[in-house]
Amino acid sequence: MKILVLIGNVPDTTTKIKFNADKTMFDATGVQWIINPWDELALTRAMELKETAGSGIETITVANVGHQETEATLRKALAIGADKAIRVDADAKDAFYVASQLALVSQGYDLIFAGVEASDYNGAAVGGMLAELLGIQSVSSVSGLQIDGGLVKITREIEGGSQALSVAAPVMAIVQKGIAKEPRIPAMRGIMMARSKPLEVVQPSETEIRMSFEAFDLPPAKAACKKFTEEQAKELIHALREEAKVL
Amino acid sequence: MNFEFSEEQLMIQQAARDYAQRELIKDVIERDNHAIFPTQHVKALAELGFMGMMVSPDYDGGGMDAISYVLAVEELSKVDASASVIVSVNNSLVCYGLEKYGNEAQKQKYLRPLASGNKIGAFLLSEPEAGSDATSQRTTAEDKGDYYLVNGTKNWITNANSASTYILIAQTNPSKKHKGITALIVEKDSPGITLGPHEDKMGMRSSDTHSVMFNDVKVPKVNRIGEEGFGFTFAMKVLEGGRIGIASQAVGLASGALERATAYAKERKAFGTVIANHQAIAFKLADMAVKVENARNLCLKAAWLKDQGKPYGIASAMAKVYAADIAMEVTTEAVQIHGGYGYVKEYHVERLMREAKLTQIYEGTSEVQKIIISRDLIK
Repeated sequence: MKILVLIGNVPDTTTKIKFNADKTMFDATGVQWIINPWDELALTRAMELKETAGSGIETITVANVGHQETEATLRKALAIGADKAIRVDADAKDAFYVASQLALVSQGYDLIFAGVEASDYNGAAVGGMLAELLGIQSVSSVSGLQIDGGLVKITREIEGGSQALSVAAPVMAIVQKGIAKEPRIPAMRGIMMARSKPLEVVQPSETEIRMSFEAFDLPPAKAACKKFTEEQAKELIHALREEAKVL
Repeated sequence: MNFEFSEEQLMIQQAARDYAQRELIKDVIERDNHAIFPTQHVKALAELGFMGMMVSPDYDGGGMDAISYVLAVEELSKVDASASVIVSVNNSLVCYGLEKYGNEAQKQKYLRPLASGNKIGAFLLSEPEAGSDATSQRTTAEDKGDYYLVNGTKNWITNANSASTYILIAQTNPSKKHKGITALIVEKDSPGITLGPHEDKMGMRSSDTHSVMFNDVKVPKVNRIGEEGFGFTFAMKVLEGGRIGIASQAVGLASGALERATAYAKERKAFGTVIANHQAIAFKLADMAVKVENARNLCLKAAWLKDQGKPYGIASAMAKVYAADIAMEVTTEAVQIHGGYGYVKEYHVERLMREAKLTQIYEGTSEVQKIIISRDLIK
């Protein structure tokens, strides 16, 4: 069995978000990039599966769409334990574009992991689109996954409970929190071994860009608190009615 | 000149940061309160490769450079300097000494388990009456043919109880004074070794420090590192590298305190605004940041020289004296910025301040570093 884990390159989750002057682009100056947290959990689960005796998993490949500077993220995935990495050499422009590029390198896998969304643009679209392009089954909201013979046993969260599924490979598992406990920290040995693991660079296909960003806005700043004393009940009612408009 | 770190160096820094912020932080206050050795953490750090990170992979080490080591020790020390001193002593005193000066048999037998972290090492130099004056060793190793008979007492030994392998500095020829000092590998469970009580320290409370008494302990001659009389040079060479570890630890204590003080100053309000908006606090933070940056650069310079195979003894002395002094200053200011909260354990900075004090004392006091630096200036 061969596993592919899609790896997003996203700003560190503690990054202070800024945009360029005309608010059409994220300002990446000084940003530290990390593996998308959901993808990192997916990779952790893939590693756990590979290490389980009798799981029959031969290789774990990781893939992303991005320029050379995103290789640090792939290299970290290799240090954590992936066997091979593929980078499609293009800007990750929009979900359809990314899914189309990934379709070039996603053939022949039995199990593909995608994080539920990327922690930067929260698109939550690539996994589903890629499964469509590949013509394979996809399962969303996956919070547990086991391999049992040739079948993929999945637990997914549904309203008010959970659901257990059995899916024949190939399958795309779109995972969320719970798929693995904690992401793995790469060990020194893994970091050393990552030096010699293959990282293949693939040229992108011609794909139409169907979406452009018009504007970004930061959430409105929290309004300052207004305090009223016990004697100011009338003023409070007035403020609730006229300013907050909640009465 | 290039101030950029490599992809690998950044990955190691991040790995150390992740482990510290995710795992060490969980029980650091409790271990400090009750002086509990971080057994499980040392095991996990060993699995991640931090216990012998600069040792060649041929001897089960991590094969990383000294720059990576500086970055890793800083990150661990931001959270837990007790854990980082265990890492530092094992890496830069014990493993380095064995890899650089041990023979092949010694490396196979002793370095391998130490570099992989399956065993921990300790470095036994200080004595009740020989701390800064390391030439006055009273512990003797008497030549008895195929073994030495060791008698004496060593003081302030980090990892004394948890270690399995000791690197012992002892006098084999008292008439030759420091030229008669020899380095020996001693197994801790050798008959005749007893430990003094666990030292009840002000800081670094979760690292185990004891005195070690030797009473007619037989040490096979094959366990001698280098020739007889090489021990003092050995100790001084090993300590040159050790200083990089402790200097990085001091940087970590300072930068950890700065991070906490900055976060607190951006949240805590006084006189209608966050205290970071008051110049008295903002300028303190600026001064702290400059000191941390300076100290870190001194450490990195010393590490870079070591990686290049160039002399680094003076650079590491400068790094240690400066980093230790600013660690004391910066952690004290961090407590001040926190006000009353800084004086209680929950906010961590009081512990960082207690721990910073030791960096001015151990592995060569600040005064000893100044002797090293000034002697080089006026030689």
